[in-house]
Amino acid sequence: MVGKVMTREKGKYLIEGEKGKWEVVIGLEVHAQVSSNSKLFSGSSTKFGAEPNTQVSLVDSAFPGMLPVINEFCVQQAIKTGLGLNAKINSYSVFDRKNYFYADLPQGYQISQYKNPIVGEGKITLDLPNGTKTIGIERLHLEQDAGKSIHDLDPSNTYVDLNRSGVALMEIVSKPDLSSPDEVNAYIKKLRSIMKYLGTCDGNMQEGSLRADVNVSVRKEGNKELGTRCEIKNVNSIKFMQMAIIYEAQRQVELLEAGKSIDQETRLFDTKKNETRSMRSKEDAHDYRYFPDPDLLPLNLNKELIENIKKNLPELPDQKKERFINDYSLTAYEANVLVSEKEISDYFEEVVKTSDIKLAKNWIIGDLFALLNEKNISISQSPVTAKKMSQLIDSISSGVISGRTAKEVFEIMKESGEDPNKIIERKGLQQKSDPKELEKIIEKILTENNDKVEQYKSGKDKLFGFFVGQVMKISGGKANPQLVNQILKNKLKK
Amino acid sequence: MADLTKKSLTEIVSLIKKKEIKSEEVTNLFIKNIKNDKKLNSFITNCNEHAVKKAKKFDKNPKLDTLLPGIPIAVKDLFCTEGVKTTAGSKMLDNFIPNYESTITKNLWNEGAFLLGKLNCDEYAMGSSNETSFFGNVMNPVAENTVPGGSSGGSASALAADLTPTTIGTDTGGSIRQPASFTGTVGLKPTYGLCSRWGIVAFASSLDQAGPMTKTVEDCALMLEAMAGFDEKDSTSIKKKKENYSKNLTYNIKGLKIGIPKEYRVDGMPKEIDKLWENGKKILKESGAEIIDISLPNTKYALPTYYIVAPAEASSNLARYDGVKYGFRSNKGTNLIEMYENTRSEGFGDEVKRRILIGTHVLSSGYYDAYYIKAQKVRQLIKNDFDESFKKVDAILTPSTPSAAFKIGEKKNDPISMYLNDIFTVPVNLAGIPAISIPAGTDNNNYPLGLQFIGKTLDEQKLLNIAFAVEKKINFKQNLNRWWEK
Repeated sequence: MVGKVMTREKGKYLIEGEKGKWEVVIGLEVHAQVSSNSKLFSGSSTKFGAEPNTQVSLVDSAFPGMLPVINEFCVQQAIKTGLGLNAKINSYSVFDRKNYFYADLPQGYQISQYKNPIVGEGKITLDLPNGTKTIGIERLHLEQDAGKSIHDLDPSNTYVDLNRSGVALMEIVSKPDLSSPDEVNAYIKKLRSIMKYLGTCDGNMQEGSLRADVNVSVRKEGNKELGTRCEIKNVNSIKFMQMAIIYEAQRQVELLEAGKSIDQETRLFDTKKNETRSMRSKEDAHDYRYFPDPDLLPLNLNKELIENIKKNLPELPDQKKERFINDYSLTAYEANVLVSEKEISDYFEEVVKTSDIKLAKNWIIGDLFALLNEKNISISQSPVTAKKMSQLIDSISSGVISGRTAKEVFEIMKESGEDPNKIIERKGLQQKSDPKELEKIIEKILTENNDKVEQYKSGKDKLFGFFVGQVMKISGGKANPQLVNQILKNKLKK
Repeated sequence: MADLTKKSLTEIVSLIKKKEIKSEEVTNLFIKNIKNDKKLNSFITNCNEHAVKKAKKFDKNPKLDTLLPGIPIAVKDLFCTEGVKTTAGSKMLDNFIPNYESTITKNLWNEGAFLLGKLNCDEYAMGSSNETSFFGNVMNPVAENTVPGGSSGGSASALAADLTPTTIGTDTGGSIRQPASFTGTVGLKPTYGLCSRWGIVAFASSLDQAGPMTKTVEDCALMLEAMAGFDEKDSTSIKKKKENYSKNLTYNIKGLKIGIPKEYRVDGMPKEIDKLWENGKKILKESGAEIIDISLPNTKYALPTYYIVAPAEASSNLARYDGVKYGFRSNKGTNLIEMYENTRSEGFGDEVKRRILIGTHVLSSGYYDAYYIKAQKVRQLIKNDFDESFKKVDAILTPSTPSAAFKIGEKKNDPISMYLNDIFTVPVNLAGIPAISIPAGTDNNNYPLGLQFIGKTLDEQKLLNIAFAVEKKINFKQNLNRWWEK
């Protein structure tokens, strides 16, 4: 690899070749599994992890004379997603057959949408470190998933599991507007977040609910024309997408700089070797012989249905961000972080319902996120629930404990999930906030350290810290620091 | 009652309802005829024992308020029947036993009928002479070594030879009406969507439609009543109220306007057919109907359009027969691709392969617009022709076929000439409208010839009434010497 990635001002991602700088152009085809109890054209369950071939109907396994019947709920989910992507909903769309032979494709064709998808152009706004960027959505269409071929259970046989066969997918095609692995990361996360807010896809990449085909091409910096692209098939994690893009872009730059051309082809990403490999060339590309599925009527959506779904759309991340900035005086960055996942924003809103906003945002973005990272868990699995976080914050605002003690309490909560009030109680961590009691301690210290008092009064300001320290020492760290400051200042003035 | 099997379905139903005969007697008489048949080859699977058992069960506790009480019926082997081998006339499904029942057969059983057997047909319903079946040629009871037509050839043959009191077929381009015409029986292709396609082995989904094949128009009305109905399992099924076709059947067709399309007068058509057509017009006039000359200008494009649309859909519909899940699998080959190739090479016959190849070709990139898209446009024009005509007329009268039954082997190696046999029936499927063929006379070999009435969407009742009135006046008599029993 001769290419060297450099990141310039404005976050521009460029590859420095031997003959100049190259931009990367990326488009994604995301396959998102529709959240639905039953499949796109049959009543079979879609539950993940069932025994092989236990969720298969006669339709899914393509028995003679079986006919598909559209699952209206999946159609509504697609509309909802389209609306969430600010996209045009097409009142007329058509299901087509995409014909190819494979052992895990029982019909010998996949029912998909080709020329007339249910959702047309839309857009997604990404929040990037240097501002926002709008990524165009080309289309969204509904299609069936295939089954699964299992090659490694037996040395001479392939096993086929049809549980996934017929499961509803949304294929969401972006415009070639993405220009770096970081943008791809932001795009997938935003798309996933929107669908999770909408409840149209659970976004679970481990279970294969979200996969993507990645189209990559490169061009000389500033060039407006698109280069020849390669499609990297079926990548199932953001990390692998990024690795594949980095590898693929470098490969293309090297070829072009060596005076060779790029073959438009389909490639696979080998996660073990961290490289992309040719799967089939353009010449070997399937001729899918798309044509409208005669077993299904075109989808005609009435305006009422679309309007109704629109009316009942939940608040989406961009709107929520706006509201958080206005209602809670958050910075754009803070709002972004807090709305990135619906569960996080719900958590935040539950905490601030009763507790101090400033403390809440700092604790959630700081300590709580660190905890989630450390334990590699989602916020819904957090041992520190929103209610307990609220209690902890309230005990700081009401002066029961100091911020520093709160960190101690949090450390315990992190492991045990214990109620913060109980921890404070059990460990006797309440602050001393009785002014008379504190005054007594302070007076004693001042008397015992008369010399230092003199030095302070003659201008040695730094000694103030010494007095505070002494108070804390005697009080076992429980003296209310604000109160101590206040009393000390008064006493030392006299 | 030796002649009972010659009676119409309606008569047999009436005898059972009047308790003058038992279902078991009826069943045994048909089974006797089936056993006496040594040459027709109209059955692929006999269900004699099953039928007798069902008949006995019926007789024990006869439920008489149904349309088809205690009636044994043999059906085209394209309808999936639970627990009974369903082959579609193909080696590919020679071992296939469905664990489900097609909606249409289920509807019949719900009306008191039961399965007598599965009838031979062209492989995957692709053919016009029943010569493409893996299970051999079917002969026409009319004369030895003549074809019964196709693809519902076994159905037509068995019905004409009194091996079943009634039957059902499927009609994609004439597969009910042409064999009905060839065997002197009645066949109706209903409006697309009137009868559910669920559980019928698919040939061309946008054209396939099940329909009754009977000895009389009255029987046809009764059977259609039993078969038709909305089915939520078929997305192309029409939501509408059930009709009482048999109860509402009438000879009164006074004042109806019948169109005669000039484009159906084709070169080289036998004189007898012209005569038959003229006779049809005469009878209609006598019955008080008005004859009006009409034009269906795009008729000449119907056959080429059909032979693009039907194979295109078939090439995709038949992709599922790959040896992976059910049916025949070749034991040759060392990998998946070879398994596919060998399975489909050995499992499909020549005509099926021909149509898969045509269909694959017309859908291929670079050819799709020139063939498939153009064919869809022409299909719309053909439909428009009918829509325009039905502004002026109630129904259209044409011959059913351009010839009577031909000899086995006569057209087998000439697909084009074979396809031309469907020239009068195909436009109806492309338009999705109903049509009925009734026996109307014979050619100079004394082979039956049919007349076809074409109606507008969901106008089956009117079609049946017209056919009912004309049938009465023509008074066609089947005269068979039962050569197949010798």
